[in-house]
Amino acid sequence: MQALVIVGHGSHLNPGSSTPTFSHADTIRETGVFDEVREAFWKEEPSFREVLRTLESDEVYVVPLFISEGYFTERVIPRELRLEGWDVSAWDSEDGVSATYATSRATDVEKTVHYCGPAGTHDSMSDVIVRRAESITGESDMGAGFGLAIVGHGTERNENSAKAIQYHADRIRESGRFDEVKALFMDEEPEVDDVTEFFESPDVVVVPLFVADGFHTQEDIPEDMGLTDDYRTGYEIPTEVDGQRIWYSGAVGTESLMADVLLERAAEAGADVRGVDDWTQSEPEGVADD
Amino acid sequence: MNAPQLDALVASASDGIEFDGLSVSGNGPYTVGIVGESRAVEEAGLREFAEANPWLVSNWYYWTRVVGTGGARYDFLRWVERADERDVSERYEALSTGVSRSWGQLRITAELGEDGKRRYALRHVDDADNTDLEGYEDPLDARGLVKYDDRGRYRPLSTAPTLPTGWEYPDLSGEDLVRTVDFVYPATVANWHREREGELDVTHFRETAERQSGIYEIVSQLSVEEIEAAAETCCVDSQCLKRRMWDEDEEIDLDVERGDGEFPCREPCSLFITAARKFVTLGREETRRYEFELTPTEKEQVEEIIDAVAEGRTEEIREADMNEGANRYRARYLRARRMTEEGLSGTPTYPEDQEL
Ligand code: SF4
Repeated sequence: MQALVIVGHGSHLNPGSSTPTFSHADTIRETGVFDEVREAFWKEEPSFREVLRTLESDEVYVVPLFISEGYFTERVIPRELRLEGWDVSAWDSEDGVSATYATSRATDVEKTVHYCGPAGTHDSMSDVIVRRAESITGESDMGAGFGLAIVGHGTERNENSAKAIQYHADRIRESGRFDEVKALFMDEEPEVDDVTEFFESPDVVVVPLFVADGFHTQEDIPEDMGLTDDYRTGYEIPTEVDGQRIWYSGAVGTESLMADVLLERAAEAGADVRGVDDWTQSEPEGVADD
Repeated sequence: MNAPQLDALVASASDGIEFDGLSVSGNGPYTVGIVGESRAVEEAGLREFAEANPWLVSNWYYWTRVVGTGGARYDFLRWVERADERDVSERYEALSTGVSRSWGQLRITAELGEDGKRRYALRHVDDADNTDLEGYEDPLDARGLVKYDDRGRYRPLSTAPTLPTGWEYPDLSGEDLVRTVDFVYPATVANWHREREGELDVTHFRETAERQSGIYEIVSQLSVEEIEAAAETCCVDSQCLKRRMWDEDEEIDLDVERGDGEFPCREPCSLFITAARKFVTLGREETRRYEFELTPTEKEQVEEIIDAVAEGRTEEIREADMNEGANRYRARYLRARRMTEEGLSGTPTYPEDQEL
């Protein structure tokens, strides 16, 4: 038997924090390729500490629904799962965006655990960002006149989060899908506040590289960009700011295509995902593959 | 009992069956028996015996073929119908009208389904006699169902005694029952099972604190008195239905009630650690001496307000109950009379700042 565990941050305060984890888990449940699919959280239950014991499978694939390689994915999650002999070098990701997977055992259960790199630094995440841009604009073929801003926290919070943003920005830029592609940040330069200054295109799609919608994506970023003075009153999509149209998408993590990224992570670690309909491994649509 | 069950029994006889009082062995002739009595028969006799004791056969089939023996799910489902306490015929009699048990605030009812299969119903204990409940089938729905309490507030701790009411799963298989319970109270069945097997891996407070990193590293600074106050705050039955099995460390027990819950708490949870972090920062402040002018009733009123908030009672206090210190009008009046810009009774929190 094989199980997939999707691990997310969760929240004691924000009930919506776990929603994307649940919905991607359900998408994968529907494919039927795993005998068990379970969600686990840092701040909700089951905790990382106790999720493995709830499973009957002896092969477990753990995929973090996190954006970057760093404190949580490299330190907290492996520690809490009690992975034997975990060392981040097993991920073989010196640049902070190339994590693979590591296979070991957890000390409290008789199971083989394949601990995968986070969804956020997988190549196919570039496709999810593009898909998000497509779904918010309703254009499957954004060509001339469109710029794309990928937004993240800055380095202050997690040194590797900026790397993930930059990585996908570079990949999508190379693909030529947009006239311009920029990585912007909330708490460092180039700042999302000045989004219109960084683009010449009349239309700019803004996609925050966040797992779930919450305070940052629903309140801070819309207000910072000048979409609204008060997030509670809402804003139009697109909203005109300084003569440019801003298409703000909300957290990329809620995009249903994210489930494919999680599946790819597990498949690369050896999970048997044969039988998933319409699912082809690593076939980016228009994004340069390197 | 149905025909496939009977055939399975005959086919398994040569491996020997010893289950819930039923024993069958041999390869024709067979030895069949019910507790204490046994006799030798040919296949026809074995079938005859089974026809005469259908519940023993369907019971054997359900547990060994449908549920599968061993493991947490099996033990939990057996616990639900009190298999340890009653023999099969007593159980079947009880199951015909339904056997109920509570698990936290869940009420689980086992009933006899077709051909000895069990069917399970799940609802809130307070809804035991409620006939007007919203019905559900899919275990996955339970995640959303228990996310908010009856007052619409988000429930960050699954085992807080605030499980919402008004819903039911009228007909679950054993497997789906256990999944649903695991969505309502994650990992409780697994840990309960470990405890029953004498294998619960408790991680005490000091060890848990040692493991923390980042902003939670400081929780190791709590003194034993502070850990006790924190456990009293978060872990007693009025706040959490798990039975606390962790202490300060292996040697030092906390002088706080563990609770009567059916399922154990094997280590401080994330909510506890988050609270503990706040308690550490609160504990860094030195106490000071303040002077307040209050009437005796006002002093008691302040105490009543603290009590009402701590016990989560504020919602119950009636709108016009002026005799309740924590009544809103009373609190507003106290504020109007005794609070100034400087604070309670005009006493500044930091007098030294005032003098500057
Ligand atoms: S640490 Fe306390 S509050 Fe948390 S689950 Fe255990 S008993 Fe409940």
